[in-house]
Amino acid sequence: MNPFSSETRLRDMIRAIRACKTAAEERAVVRKECASIRAAVSDNDNDYRHRNLAKLMFIHMLGYPTHFGQMECLKLIAAPGFPEKRIGYLGLMLLLDERQEVLMLVTNSLKQDLNHTNQYIVGLALCALGNISSAEMARDLAPEVERLLQFRDPNVRKKAALCSIRIIKKVPDLAENFVNPVASLLKEKHHGVLLTAIQLCADLCTVSEEALEYFRKKCTEGLVKVLKDAVNSPYAPEYDISGIADPFLQIRLLRILRILGHGDADASDLMNDVLAQVATKTESNKNAGNAILYECVETIMSIEDSGGLRVLAINILGRFLSNRDNNIRYVALNMLMKAISVDGQAVQRHRATILECVKDSDASIRKRALELVYLLVNETNVKPLTKELIDYLEVSDQDFKGDLTARICSIVEKLSPQKIWYIDQMLKVLCEAGNYVKDEVWHGLIVVITNSTNLHGYTVRSLYRAIQTSGDQEAVVRVAVWCIGEYGDLLVNNIGMLDLEEPITVTENDAVDVIEAAIKRHTSDLTTRAMCLIALLKLSSRFPSCSQRIKDIVNQSKGSLLLELQQRSIEFDSILEKHQNLRSALVERMPVLDEATYSGRRAGSLPAVASTSQGNPLQIPNGVPKTMDAPLLDLLDLSADEPALQNSSGPNFLQDLLGGDILSSASQSGTTQPQKSGTDVLLDLLSTGSPPAQNGSSTADILSISQDNNKTSVDALNSLSSPMVTSVQSTPASSIMDLLDTFGPSPTVPKDNDPAYPPLVAFESSSLSLIFNFSKQPGSPQITQIEATFTNKSSDIYTDFIFQAAVPKFLQLHLEPASSNTLPGSGNGSITQKLRVTNNQHGKKSLVMRIRISYKLNNKDMLEEGQISNFPRDL
Amino acid sequence: MIHFVLLISRQGKVRLTKWYSPYSQKERSKVIRELSGMILSRGPKLCNFVEWRGFKVVYKRYASLYFCMCINQEDNELEVLEIIHHYVEILDRYFGSVCELDLIFNFHKAYYILDEVLIAGELQESSKKTVARLVAAQDSLVDAAKEEAASISNIIAQATK
Repeated sequence: MNPFSSETRLRDMIRAIRACKTAAEERAVVRKECASIRAAVSDNDNDYRHRNLAKLMFIHMLGYPTHFGQMECLKLIAAPGFPEKRIGYLGLMLLLDERQEVLMLVTNSLKQDLNHTNQYIVGLALCALGNISSAEMARDLAPEVERLLQFRDPNVRKKAALCSIRIIKKVPDLAENFVNPVASLLKEKHHGVLLTAIQLCADLCTVSEEALEYFRKKCTEGLVKVLKDAVNSPYAPEYDISGIADPFLQIRLLRILRILGHGDADASDLMNDVLAQVATKTESNKNAGNAILYECVETIMSIEDSGGLRVLAINILGRFLSNRDNNIRYVALNMLMKAISVDGQAVQRHRATILECVKDSDASIRKRALELVYLLVNETNVKPLTKELIDYLEVSDQDFKGDLTARICSIVEKLSPQKIWYIDQMLKVLCEAGNYVKDEVWHGLIVVITNSTNLHGYTVRSLYRAIQTSGDQEAVVRVAVWCIGEYGDLLVNNIGMLDLEEPITVTENDAVDVIEAAIKRHTSDLTTRAMCLIALLKLSSRFPSCSQRIKDIVNQSKGSLLLELQQRSIEFDSILEKHQNLRSALVERMPVLDEATYSGRRAGSLPAVASTSQGNPLQIPNGVPKTMDAPLLDLLDLSADEPALQNSSGPNFLQDLLGGDILSSASQSGTTQPQKSGTDVLLDLLSTGSPPAQNGSSTADILSISQDNNKTSVDALNSLSSPMVTSVQSTPASSIMDLLDTFGPSPTVPKDNDPAYPPLVAFESSSLSLIFNFSKQPGSPQITQIEATFTNKSSDIYTDFIFQAAVPKFLQLHLEPASSNTLPGSGNGSITQKLRVTNNQHGKKSLVMRIRISYKLNNKDMLEEGQISNFPRDL
Repeated sequence: MIHFVLLISRQGKVRLTKWYSPYSQKERSKVIRELSGMILSRGPKLCNFVEWRGFKVVYKRYASLYFCMCINQEDNELEVLEIIHHYVEILDRYFGSVCELDLIFNFHKAYYILDEVLIAGELQESSKKTVARLVAAQDSLVDAAKEEAASISNIIAQATK
């Protein structure tokens, strides 16, 4: 005999392990035991095999690897005696699972044992098969199990029934073989057999529609009778649980009746009486009774309508809800969720109680209740419910706040009666739990804010107040910073006061203080700081008196270790320093963000658009609309009143601009998407109001990219902008700087104009005329140099003169800086500006161009627009 | 359907695990770790259900042991509590006021009993008496085999004397 093998008994090993004081000691003991078991395994030791396997199972439970014992299980199962088989099957179920190949080896032993003369051995095999059978084993052994459903001993029949459940779950095709045997089992009196047969019947109904029809026809009446008997049965100690006869059987009967009655009025009719009886007669002071009532309510809710029963069911739930036992309240909430679709009105009656459950100390109940409240909210009760929830937000657990804010925000968003209410509620949520809300929430808020033009002043003042009290909530800081940047002037001058507002006095310095505090706050992350920088840039033009101070704050970030901040501050500083003339145009207020597009994009209903937003998830707070049609038309179309034009053919500027090839692709499948993305880019650039030269060049670049693929155009935009794009404004800004640095100091361009083409009066209005002079360089016929000359026909001086142009995709446009941005009156001077147009379809298509000229006349903004399509043909 | 049964001591030691749905060894230890963290930290008066990975875990504490069963969302939680109690009562009858030590040293017995109560994650028998009778009958089969083996070795010993 091996000296190491089986020296210790199971009991001694457990004692030794329990005596260990440290994990290391335990490991040592286990290692020693495992070594001796391995030795015994390799010696093929027969005497102590079952003891070794028992030890291994204990070791397995402690979490140590025991795979080397798997074959021992098979050997024990193959042994003739009951004790060996018993421990062998136990080990098999414990150490193996259905996915292990070893399991296939046991199929043969199982088959023999299923045919064994000893009923307990048959029982062991059925149990093992029921617990870990794989699909292959199920297929191989199904005939044996089917036969055992008629075994003489009921305890084998019940095991065979449960085993069949596993088999039909693994191989649903086998279901039909079991239908007839089960129908006869359902007539039995033995509770164990009945219990398991009903369960098998339920599972057959879920895998096979035919089985369901069969049982509905043949067995409904019988099962109703069984339930009736069970409910009315006299006291039977063997099955009694706190005064109720076999609640397990009653619950299963109710469940199978639910399946049979669902969607079938006749079957439902048969069971009405007994359900009413269960609902009224069952005692509800013990858990067993409540379990039956709970099941009964669910059955009543699922079967075909019977008004009286439903009232009964809802009343039971009402009782449950006011129960002091947390378990009962939990299941009540659970069931009310299902009842809402059946009788919403009745559930609404319990609203107050449900709301109390949201505030429960038990996380499981809170979660259920919150989901239920979410379903209960409608237009009429949204205000009081939201108020309750927000009030609760103050005192709720930290880890519940995330869920709670998400729900509140979606309720407010879904059902807000007015914008002002929406904004108020959102501010409250942000103030309470601004650190817990998701980004979409405050992005959405900003979209709504920009859309509520008449509330801009109110909002920015509310946010100013909010940031004073809740400056530690990141989301509050971000929204406030964005709004102060945009609407700082409204804040300082108390513009757009609503009656309900209390006036506040905020100086320009106060507003800058807020932003400065936010950028210096040590908890602010990159996004917030970047947003602060933009807000500062915007404020520098809104508050000229603070200009110097803002410059100082911006300068402090120049040394930031974060590339994004550093770059941004250097760029912005340069704008503040060197380019006063373009600053005001650059930081104009954002156009209104399109709500429908934004919410559509979030819902994913516009897949193509959604995909563009993924690349740049932060675009919304930047306020750069990427998918807006209306403003685009404003900019590009003379007849902005007719947005429908965008999709119609003919004299459509948009299509002219974007070229014929886009039209063809749009008509195939992309519909308007290519147009959209192409023009988005254009819009971004135009809307930022950057000066003509740089603007035009990047427009042209991007347009040429978007010609290939609308997605890449967006990518191109992203790659153009800084890595963490919080503001697309920084894109034009940075390219401006680049271009200014390159071209700004040396605006001289070779002046070898070839006068082959006559000058063209490109634009003529009562106040302004624009003449194009064309020239081509020899050797590159597709490139046209254009010198634009602007002449002022009025007697007043035009300042801040800006010329912008856009071309269709087959063209590339490069604008160089204008000679001046001031145009003297009465024809006393002119502005010249050079354009370079590359025609990729030279010879096939002639040039076309859309222009916009903006300037200030006596400090009033003027805008002129036009389209030039009368270019000489062969340019 | 019950996906698995866990018995965890208050110290987080596993006393019994039974898996009716396939979980790999790795997943099993992860599940045990996750759930014991969730369940052991819950206060005494809270409800007996925790929602976990789209399932519900029904647990009940008896002395130093937590009995946990994982079920589907739509299953009857109250009934599962009753099943747990059913099993505990059978254990109690079998061991005669059962305690944690009984389940440690006779863990295999606890499994044998569970196998008479549940198969394939479904309840098998609602009569405690029947379960007790079946377990006892199988125990006596084992004892008879042992005695036989002992008597045979006695005979051999006497014969070789």
